[in-house]
Amino acid sequence: MSVSTIRPARLVGLTSGAALLVLALAGCVPNNPTSGEALTVEITDTTCVVSANTAQAGTVKFSAKNTGSQVNEFEILAADKLRIVGEKENITPGQSVDYVTHLEPGTYYTECKTGMVGEGVGTTKFTVTGKSAKVDASKQQQIDTAVTNYIGYIKDRTAALVPAVKEFTEAYRSGDDEKARALFGPARVNYERIEPTAEAFGDLDPKIDIREGDASEDGVPFIGFHRIEKDLWAPAGFTPSDPAGRAELADGLEQNIQKLYDLVHEPKFTVSLDDISNGAIGLLDEVATSKITGEEDEFSHTDLYDFQANVEGAAVAYGNVRDIAKASGADGAKLVESIDAKLDALNKMLATYGSLDTGFVAYNTLTTDQVKELSDAINALSEPLSKLTHTVLGVSSK
Amino acid sequence: MTGTEREPADTSVTASPTETPSEIAAPTSEVSRRGLLGLAGAALGGLALGGAGGAITATAVAAADTTTQYPFYGEHQSGIVTPTQDRLHFAAYDITPGTTRADLIALLEDWTAAADRLTRGLDVSETGAVGGPALAPPDDTGEAQGLPASGLTLTFGFGPGVFTDAHGNDRFGLASRRPAELVDLPTFAGDALEEASSGGDLCIQACANDPQVAVHAIRNLSRIAFGRASIRWSQLGFGRTSSTSKAQVTERNLFGFKDGTANITAEETDVVNKDVWVGGNSWLTGGSILVARKIRMIIETWDRTSLDEQEHVMGRAKGTGAPLSGGDEFTPVRFHHAGPDGRKLAMDSHVALAHPDHNHGARLLRRGYNFVDGNDQLGRLNAGLFFLAFQADPRTAFIPIQKQLGHSDLLNEYIRHVGSAIFAVPPGAKPGEHIGAGIFG
Repeated sequence: MSVSTIRPARLVGLTSGAALLVLALAGCVPNNPTSGEALTVEITDTTCVVSANTAQAGTVKFSAKNTGSQVNEFEILAADKLRIVGEKENITPGQSVDYVTHLEPGTYYTECKTGMVGEGVGTTKFTVTGKSAKVDASKQQQIDTAVTNYIGYIKDRTAALVPAVKEFTEAYRSGDDEKARALFGPARVNYERIEPTAEAFGDLDPKIDIREGDASEDGVPFIGFHRIEKDLWAPAGFTPSDPAGRAELADGLEQNIQKLYDLVHEPKFTVSLDDISNGAIGLLDEVATSKITGEEDEFSHTDLYDFQANVEGAAVAYGNVRDIAKASGADGAKLVESIDAKLDALNKMLATYGSLDTGFVAYNTLTTDQVKELSDAINALSEPLSKLTHTVLGVSSK
Repeated sequence: MTGTEREPADTSVTASPTETPSEIAAPTSEVSRRGLLGLAGAALGGLALGGAGGAITATAVAAADTTTQYPFYGEHQSGIVTPTQDRLHFAAYDITPGTTRADLIALLEDWTAAADRLTRGLDVSETGAVGGPALAPPDDTGEAQGLPASGLTLTFGFGPGVFTDAHGNDRFGLASRRPAELVDLPTFAGDALEEASSGGDLCIQACANDPQVAVHAIRNLSRIAFGRASIRWSQLGFGRTSSTSKAQVTERNLFGFKDGTANITAEETDVVNKDVWVGGNSWLTGGSILVARKIRMIIETWDRTSLDEQEHVMGRAKGTGAPLSGGDEFTPVRFHHAGPDGRKLAMDSHVALAHPDHNHGARLLRRGYNFVDGNDQLGRLNAGLFFLAFQADPRTAFIPIQKQLGHSDLLNEYIRHVGSAIFAVPPGAKPGEHIGAGIFG
């Protein structure tokens, strides 16, 4: 049974049981890489063309050439279009590079990332057929793969976050409130997907995402996303910021988002396996404690965007360690089965209220019964998910 | 895994410190357990309690403290004729949409295993609160570590939604198993029911002599249910307002009156067998029907009512609990008969209207509790009586009685029924079997 998706049909690969072992990331190329013709990847600033959209399972070689004017990045995404299963970064203008990876049968997407920021360019479905050519990776290799891919995901999402926030803050700064209101929910999505990472950088998360009730004069002042939200959906009796005030808030948010991008793109940036599994748990806890009450986006009521993004982020983090959990004895297999089923149920429920592509209904239009139903689904998922760290790390760890 | 067994508190001190010399405290608590079991057994088996038995029972009840344990498995569920404990945590659950018959059975199996451990004063699982892996959340939430069983009983029930849901769907293939006694309660005069404290597909009544133990049980059982059932409403109660044993002193409700003087007690085995346990030969035989009503008391108004009027409304003396027709607390009520002070029992007093003589002999076994849920927006205590009544058939018990009370009870001026629910309470589970197994028969 394939579990899916918050965004319809996107987690299929994640749950198909394919071990997406990417053994050949940059600097880690196996000795005998090729078993067939290399696929070419023609990269420009606006296109990303792979010479074929299918390949046989096993070792797949891509020869990428960047003929554009900006540095670029080639990525292979899982069927959820979120989880990175392989990437080649820093392909400079004029450069040709070979990239070799191992792909199991399933559906993937290829894309490039011009300037290594923003959303992907030339996103194209890529199908891998044939028999599973799973290599018997050691647990350490599985862990390394999970960590590498999750770091890739974090970098990728912050790269998409920077321009999305900039578009939002520019509309807000220029007084185009209608546009800014429309962009508020979507702009936050890539932040909410990786929020535990931002939280790991101490004071950065509050500066970006503090809620009015948590702000204080001797602590973090009320700035960031939610302060801007209050201007855009000004409650009665509240005087919104003047243009100078807006510029200051917009600049501050942009700078802090850029700071986040810079921090995760530092060479020394890394995460541990329990960061990943605890990140999945933490994202669900976010939903269960603050999103479900509607206190996150108290002025705009765009909470369902955050809700969806948190769940997606949790699904990606979980997806990265799923194979490790599944291989951890009968309990691990049972846990994975339970998490898959509960995640599927939650995704289906969320899909009834909209999607990130088409937008979500305002959270304050949900009835108490509907909120309870969502809360039940979150609780149902959180209970098995809370056992994930123990399962993937095992008792002896730490 | 003895390491997970909760250490009993210093029970030799807590067990009736004022009444029992310390050197026999431990034996007393031992006697108490046997005595209570004997009591239950006598009630179940229909054996007459002799004078000696009664004496043991009295001792036992006096010592019904935190060391007491009641078995989870048995012919009937504990928590019905069991001498009413001091504290209550009651929870009604809705079964989560998408839950299958197999899921429901699995939930009942999990609940049964947990209930058997919890009622023995153990953590909810073998690894418990602190015996599990460091990187996983503990199975047991831990707030009952060090607390003994505290007389905990866990009593499970099935609401109408188990058989057919609100849309008439037979979710679990159980529609044909709905007992005739499990009726939908009619609307009664004076009902002011709130959806938020009414109904439910499943219920658990947790009674204990320590509130923390009762709350711990509901909390852990709710956690086990996540994904299959979630709490629809729940109620904390204190100060039991009913006695279910003659050895128990009648407690007072928040109106300040003794409540439940005429209750069915465990010692009345014939009455218990006839009016509490469902007879016949069905999956519910040996079980009962539970009616739960949350009754808000407008206590501020009551408190400025004269003593004479209060006693007139109740039909009993506030101090002694004696009926206004005379005698002591347990003197039978005599209608149309003036008491020593010349006052007659009003026919629309609470006592008169609820009396079996005016209800075709109908009787209930009540396990009510007082509640105070903070205050309302006007600064009035949100207080009242959480009424729990067990009976073989509500159509000849709670329903006719409440119809009569709803129409003309003098007390109605001071109360509002704000919550209502009905559950079929299956017989006790046998070891190796889950609670309510017969329903799936």
